[in-house]
Amino acid sequence: MTLWWIGDVVLLVVLLPVVVYLLRGVLGAAKSIEPTVRQIADVASAGSKDLDAAALLVTTRDQVTRTVAGVAGYGGSLDVIIDDAS
Amino acid sequence: MPAAGIVLIVAVVLIVLALVYYLVSTIVSLRRITAGLDDVIASVTGIVEKSVPVNEIVVAINEQLDAGVDLLEGLLVKKAGLNDAVGLVDGLYPGAAAAGFRNFPESSKLTAPRIAEVYTKGTLTLARLGREAPIAAASPDGPALRDVVAASHAARRLYPDGRALHAETLPRSPVIGTDAPVQYEQRDDIGAPRKRLPARS
Repeated sequence: MTLWWIGDVVLLVVLLPVVVYLLRGVLGAAKSIEPTVRQIADVASAGSKDLDAAALLVTTRDQVTRTVAGVAGYGGSLDVIIDDAS
Repeated sequence: MPAAGIVLIVAVVLIVLALVYYLVSTIVSLRRITAGLDDVIASVTGIVEKSVPVNEIVVAINEQLDAGVDLLEGLLVKKAGLNDAVGLVDGLYPGAAAAGFRNFPESSKLTAPRIAEVYTKGTLTLARLGREAPIAAASPDGPALRDVVAASHAARRLYPDGRALHAETLPRSPVIGTDAPVQYEQRDDIGAPRKRLPARS
């Protein structure tokens, strides 16, 4: 009978607090991750939205190509109408 | 049942209840984390998809701009000469001569003519375009930037607009002096007293 009581005491005084302590630690860690994940999701969403303008780079590339072609045309004309330095 | 058995059962029930509470709470929290990570994955996937063509496009833009820089540098050096080109660029953008031209590494070692100290940006531009700027005759250092004698003639030849560049035969200027081929008689009334005095007021 004494061993039964000793087992009860061990369960209530040692095992139960240890189990509660460990489970609280796991739950606290899990809850601490939640706001971080939410912030990461918000940042990723904002970054994705910022890249919406990336599609305009195609237009920019075409515009640059046309501009450089125009510059080449002007340069060729200047090359014809202006004498060389030497 | 002995009291010790009842206490044992109560202790086990308490442990199980603690396990259930904390594990269920942990499961709920992990489900929230999973939902948040799903949002993150969706956004990151969007970022990846949107940024796929960026590298190729930026490379193409850089190639075009490189070609433009090569063209303009080459044209400027060809038309102005390396020395004056460095001076012109340094005049427009002070300190740029130190960097030199990209395709002309030796340009960074040149001493830039102090063109900008004498002439304004607009004057330099006009001079480089072959207009009527007087810079050509007075470039501070180095050769003239353009031919002041023939520049106007050259410009008219570029845009004749149907007009003759000049008369085929221009009348000669009259020759004066004692040895002129045509001598004119001196008028007698020059230097003589007036024949009629002005009326008194």
